[in-house]
This record gives sequence, C-alpha cells and structure tokens, in this order.
Amino acid sequence: MSPATTLYRGHEGMWMWVVHRTTGIAIFFFLLVHVLDTALVRVSPEAYNEVIGSYKTPLYAIIEAGLVAAIALHAFNGLRVIAVDRSTWALRHQRQLVWAVWIGFAILMLGFLPRHLMHAFGGA
Amino acid sequence: MMAQAPDLTAPKRPVSHSTLGRAQRWSWIFQRVSGVVLIVLIFTHLFINLWSGDGINQIDFAFVAGKLASPFWQWFDFLMLTLAMIHGANGMRMVIDDYARKPAWRATLQWALRIATVVIVVLGTLVLFTFDPCPADADPSLLPSICEDI
Repeated sequence: MSPATTLYRGHEGMWMWVVHRTTGIAIFFFLLVHVLDTALVRVSPEAYNEVIGSYKTPLYAIIEAGLVAAIALHAFNGLRVIAVDRSTWALRHQRQLVWAVWIGFAILMLGFLPRHLMHAFGGA
Repeated sequence: MMAQAPDLTAPKRPVSHSTLGRAQRWSWIFQRVSGVVLIVLIFTHLFINLWSGDGINQIDFAFVAGKLASPFWQWFDFLMLTLAMIHGANGMRMVIDDYARKPAWRATLQWALRIATVVIVVLGTLVLFTFDPCPADADPSLLPSICEDI
C-alpha cells in the first residue's frame, strides 16, 4: 500500500503550527526579560530609565516591531485553532481561515508599524 | 507536489480527551481560556503603552509609576503576568516534551522551566504590589506628576 496523502503535512496547517510554535517560544523568552527589566522600577527611577532608554534605539525598535508581529500572529492563529476545534464550519474552511489570520495580521501591522517607526526614528 | 505521510499504525492504547487524564485536560482547557483572555489584556497593554500618546518614547519611570499607582493597573498587570507566564510555561512544557528525548535532560529542562516560572511570577507580583511610585530619595524630575502633592 502506498503512503496515504495527508491534508496536514506540507500544507497550511503544518506551517501555521511552525509559526505558532516559533512565535510562542520567542514571546516566552521576551516575557522573562520584560518582567526583569520592568522589575527595575523597584530599584530606582534612574536604573529603570537607563535600561528602558536602550529600548528606544533603532535596533530595538525593529526587535519590538518583530515582537508585536509575533504576538499578533500567535494571537490570531490561536483563535483559528480554537475555531477549527470547536466548529465544523471552521474545520471545513480551515484553509480560508489561514488566509484570515494573515490578512488580520497585515491589517494590524499596517496600523502599528508606520506609527511605531515614526516614534522610534523621529518625525512624530 | 503532494506531501506523503508514512502509513499509520493503530496506537496500542487509544488517546482521547477522556484518557488523557485530568491534568492534561485542564492544561488544554487553560491554554484556550487564558489565550483568549491574554489577547484582550496584551492588546490593551500594547495599545496603551506602545501605540497611544508618544509610543515607545513615553516609556520611563514616571509613565510606569503613574500607571502602577492605580490599583486597576496593578491588578491588570498582575493578571497579565500570571496568565502569560503560566500559558507560556505550559507551552514550553510541551515543547520540551517534544524535543528533549533523554529522560535526565528532559527532567532538567522541566525543572529549570518550573523554577524560572515561579521566580518570574513571584518577582513580578512583589514588584507590582510593593512598588513606591514616589520614592523619597529620588530626583523629583523623574517622578510622575501625582508625586507633587505629597
């Protein structure tokens, strides 16, 4: 018997699984660092301002944009996973829902990125 | 090109939600429920801190202290901290189980994860609830405007 084809491997669902896992791991490690840097408010205003000041550099502005992108993808795809688990309609339309995730992601980033980059690189 | 999967053999012991066990089932439910709540919390957090006002440039001690002086933001941040850490640790637990094959290495990573999670949640909670927005010995120009009345 020849190997059966699968709806999963190599298709949208598998790639969204990869996206979900990589963004999840990235967000987790950021969260550890983010709690530690915010904990500096307990040390002194100077200590907090100095460390947070380094987040206002161009390099970090791009990392922050990547972080927001990771959170948006993880959030929208998480909603897709819940929908596909819970509703037969969503299961039948899971390919279209992958597109919905990426369209929602694009709209959110179009709203966020120009404003964030203007804040970070001056101008606004 | 169609992707091909290897033949599947029947599992020796079928796995379903009722055989996963109580802990696994609760972990699954928690991940879904906390995920939805975290979308609301984190999107609000990002909207207030990174999009409104002056965006990233407004973040300094005065901004954070001004927010955390209010019990609403203390409890908001506490909920976001604990849900995000447990949601993240629960995901990382599954990632470790998937990739760490040697039992000793897997146990080491799982314990490191548990310790890191407890440390971060306890540290963050202590900071949120023992924090003084107007430290007496600090430079007044770095403090939020609410400190002027004190």
